[in-house]
Amino acid sequence: MEPPAIDREWKKGSAELLLLSLLDALPRHGYEIGKLIEQRSQGALRFHAASLYPLLYRLEKRGWIQGRWVEKSGQRRRRYYRLTAQGRKVLAAQRQGWQMFIEAIGRITGVENA
Amino acid sequence: MPDWNEPIRKQLADLKLAPAREAEIVEELAQHTEDRYRELQTGGVAETEARRIALDELNGHELLARELRAIERTDAPEPVVLGAKGKGHPLAGLGQDLRYGFRTLRKSPGFTAIAMLALALGIGANTAIFSVVNGVLLRPLAYPDPSRLLMIFEATSEFSESSVAYPNYLDWRRESRSFTDMGAYRSDDLNFTGAGEPERLSGEYVSASLFPVLGVTPFLGRNFLPGEDRQGAACAVMLSYRFWKQRLGADPNILGRVLTLNAMSCAVTGVLPSSFRFREMAQVFVPIEQWNSAELRTRESHPGLRVIGRLKPGVTIEAAQAEISSISSVLAREYPKTNAGAGAKVVRMKDDMVGYIRRTLLLLVGAVGFVLIIACANVANLLLARSTARKREFAIRAALGAERWRVVRQLLTESVLLSLGAAAIGLLLAYWGTSLVLAAAPGTLPRSGEIGIDPYVLLFTLAVSMVTGILFGLAPAFHSANANPQESLKEGTRGAGGGRHRAEGVFVTVEVGLAVILLAGAGLMMQSVWRLLRVDPGFNTRNVLTMQVALSPQVMASPPGIRLAFQQLLARVAAIPGVQSAAVTSVVPLGESDSEISFWPGAGPQPAPDRMTAAMFYVVTPDYPAVMQIPLRRGRFFTDRDNLASTPVAVIDDVLAKHIFPGQDPVGRQISLIVMGTVQIVGVAGHVKHWGLDADDTSKIRDQIYFPVLQVPDKFMSAGVAGLTLMLRTAPEPLSLVSAVRAQVAGPTQDQPIYAVQTMEQIVSGSLAQRRFTMLVLIIFAATALLLAAVGIYGVMSYTVTRRLHELGIRVALGASRQQIAGLVMRQGMRHAAIGMAVGLIAALALTRLMAGLLYGVRPADPVTLVAVTLLLGGIALPACYIPARRATAVDPVVALQCE
Repeated sequence: MEPPAIDREWKKGSAELLLLSLLDALPRHGYEIGKLIEQRSQGALRFHAASLYPLLYRLEKRGWIQGRWVEKSGQRRRRYYRLTAQGRKVLAAQRQGWQMFIEAIGRITGVENA
Repeated sequence: MPDWNEPIRKQLADLKLAPAREAEIVEELAQHTEDRYRELQTGGVAETEARRIALDELNGHELLARELRAIERTDAPEPVVLGAKGKGHPLAGLGQDLRYGFRTLRKSPGFTAIAMLALALGIGANTAIFSVVNGVLLRPLAYPDPSRLLMIFEATSEFSESSVAYPNYLDWRRESRSFTDMGAYRSDDLNFTGAGEPERLSGEYVSASLFPVLGVTPFLGRNFLPGEDRQGAACAVMLSYRFWKQRLGADPNILGRVLTLNAMSCAVTGVLPSSFRFREMAQVFVPIEQWNSAELRTRESHPGLRVIGRLKPGVTIEAAQAEISSISSVLAREYPKTNAGAGAKVVRMKDDMVGYIRRTLLLLVGAVGFVLIIACANVANLLLARSTARKREFAIRAALGAERWRVVRQLLTESVLLSLGAAAIGLLLAYWGTSLVLAAAPGTLPRSGEIGIDPYVLLFTLAVSMVTGILFGLAPAFHSANANPQESLKEGTRGAGGGRHRAEGVFVTVEVGLAVILLAGAGLMMQSVWRLLRVDPGFNTRNVLTMQVALSPQVMASPPGIRLAFQQLLARVAAIPGVQSAAVTSVVPLGESDSEISFWPGAGPQPAPDRMTAAMFYVVTPDYPAVMQIPLRRGRFFTDRDNLASTPVAVIDDVLAKHIFPGQDPVGRQISLIVMGTVQIVGVAGHVKHWGLDADDTSKIRDQIYFPVLQVPDKFMSAGVAGLTLMLRTAPEPLSLVSAVRAQVAGPTQDQPIYAVQTMEQIVSGSLAQRRFTMLVLIIFAATALLLAAVGIYGVMSYTVTRRLHELGIRVALGASRQQIAGLVMRQGMRHAAIGMAVGLIAALALTRLMAGLLYGVRPADPVTLVAVTLLLGGIALPACYIPARRATAVDPVVALQCE
């Protein structure tokens, strides 16, 4: 079944949280992040390079994530992003805020929280 | 594989990103696009279609460029690349340099710590000495318009700066037009009674004009009025802030309260401000006309009166000098008996206070500068060694197009960072060091209360550390910048390059040379002090206790009472177990005080002042030679029978005997003393080095006359008695008897305190205080220099061995013996040291001449000192070379050659 379309604006609002969440466990490069979002959302969410990289650069500029070129044997080097201490705090706050937001929406709309 | 870079760069072209940033983004996005392209192809999309999709997603209808513009343009930086041609501001990228510098220093904490410590020692020592020079020499005196304050002295052929006779001062003040006003003062102790225990206060008799001349406004109350400074006026007193606060409990109602000073009732008119540092010890100030003494009224007497004048605006010091001189010559004509040959001399007040120490301080400034240069050479060496290790880094930069200037700047930034850090530590060292040295040598420096860390000192430290950082960073920086990138990269880690080794050698030579100079200076000072301590002062300094005694106000009323009181007091004190003999004297040798008298041979009438000779004048009791153990050369000393009823007698020293009675026996001859009259010489005593162990031989007044206390005429008795000192020779350690003596001196009425208790040995060591201070500081500097030089030699040699390991390995492989290897290394190290020592010795010969005035009994070019210094340095340099050399002998040729 084709997944229902997700509003562009919803995607925009949650993009930062998604990126930070994905970097929480371990450092990843941009392409991997894009793929993971697509897979885990089962195709509902997709970030193309045109929106993904500016977002990464913005987060990096804010000091929430930090990029670093890493060379693995036999591969071209890639830029891996990791969460900074500040990013970790932001992520915690955003997670909490998002949780409250979803609950509030759920109470009003009657949509069950998954 | 399609080329992604070009289309991506095209998309970013409008953004005008910094080249480095652009390259980074292009690389990352190209990577992504490539990944996407492959994924699409794996999913079965045709090649051209896959390429189109990948690029479209990247472009996202111009989304990428739009978004990036918002993010990357916010603070579009100057396109700074290390080595790119600097556009615009020459300091662009300084922040980058600083950050990079911090990181590099943090990466090698060992190097940073050692370099900082060496520099901190150098900068700290310089800051300490500068804070002393600043407080003592540079800072203006704490009075309004202090440069116009002059001291005015009487000048005679014997004394160019003599104290002033009060009537002369009054005439100067009345006649002169160069000064807005003059003031006079005279130090004296005053008995403070009627408020608990009787106390001896440190006081100053001052003219009412003195404080206005200085420009001092009282903290409480008012200055003296002219009417209060008049003979017969009711006594008034002003208090020092500290005395008011500590002794009188900061009584807010102090004004008008009456204090009993020298049995006079003196009403308090004012309290001086806490910042007032004139005569720091003084507790109370009394109008000079309250000094109840005949000495105040005669031009014959110069009772320690000092005069300060404030120049009128626009009047030069030369004009003032000329005017005072001409007034003095008028006085000399008018009063030939007392004033013939007496001129006047004006001196800036600050020069009078600190002039004598200027030379010493400037010497220390020079010495401490050497310490800093040695520290710099040391750190420069460390940096050189490091720069060789960092050669690849600079070579890569140069290969990437870094300009020479840019690399030099990066390195200088690092060295300045290093020296700024060292300055912070140095400031602390200086703060502690200054207070430590001042505490170790109290009273050595004038204005020592004004020594401290103020904005000027901070500015100095900052400037010194910046200059230092650039200085020691320059050679290594240029060395690195000059490196040929191709060579360096090819060569790998094993560097050569003659320039660096020449520089190393020069640094070691400089360090050793400067250390020789400092050691020579310290050695000469040590020899001087050592020789001075062995000078025979003419008496036995061991086990002598000295103290001032304030007689009970009751006995002070009558001269016979004073004589009797002293006799009884001496009898009581002499009976204390442990006291071998006791005496009283008007003046203590080597102390601060002196007392001169003019005399002429025979019993004839008094000649003109310039025809008389001045001698030191000691008024003493009969046991004085026994206490001091001054040898009696001829005749006898005084007895109790030498009193007012018998012929006036005197004992002279052998210097006066040779001077006035060459080849004759002076015993039985007569001399006449001014004021005292004609006396008969009954004995000749050994000369005492009154003016100091060093200065006595060259002082102008060396003749000495002793006169019995019991023959002092009544009219001088109460005035003369004030400064009398009690002297005891003791069997046990002198200070152990103080409480017993205090109890006995107090007397039946319990109102005779003792004060200023000192052993003779303390007085002797006090007389050497300034020299000891100089010696102490120079020794500290020399020891630092020695340590730094040793570390420097060791460091360079260790590094040399490491660098030559390969070569040494080949030598060993070719059959060189261990001795040959060690000798090779040692020769190289010792050659630098030897050149340094030779250059240092030549420089020391030239420079130590500057300290000739501070030396005693040793010539600046003293061969013993110079040889000792050379041996000492050689003794330090040898092990510093030997340890690395021994390491060289352990070279295993196989291992060394494997390094290839």
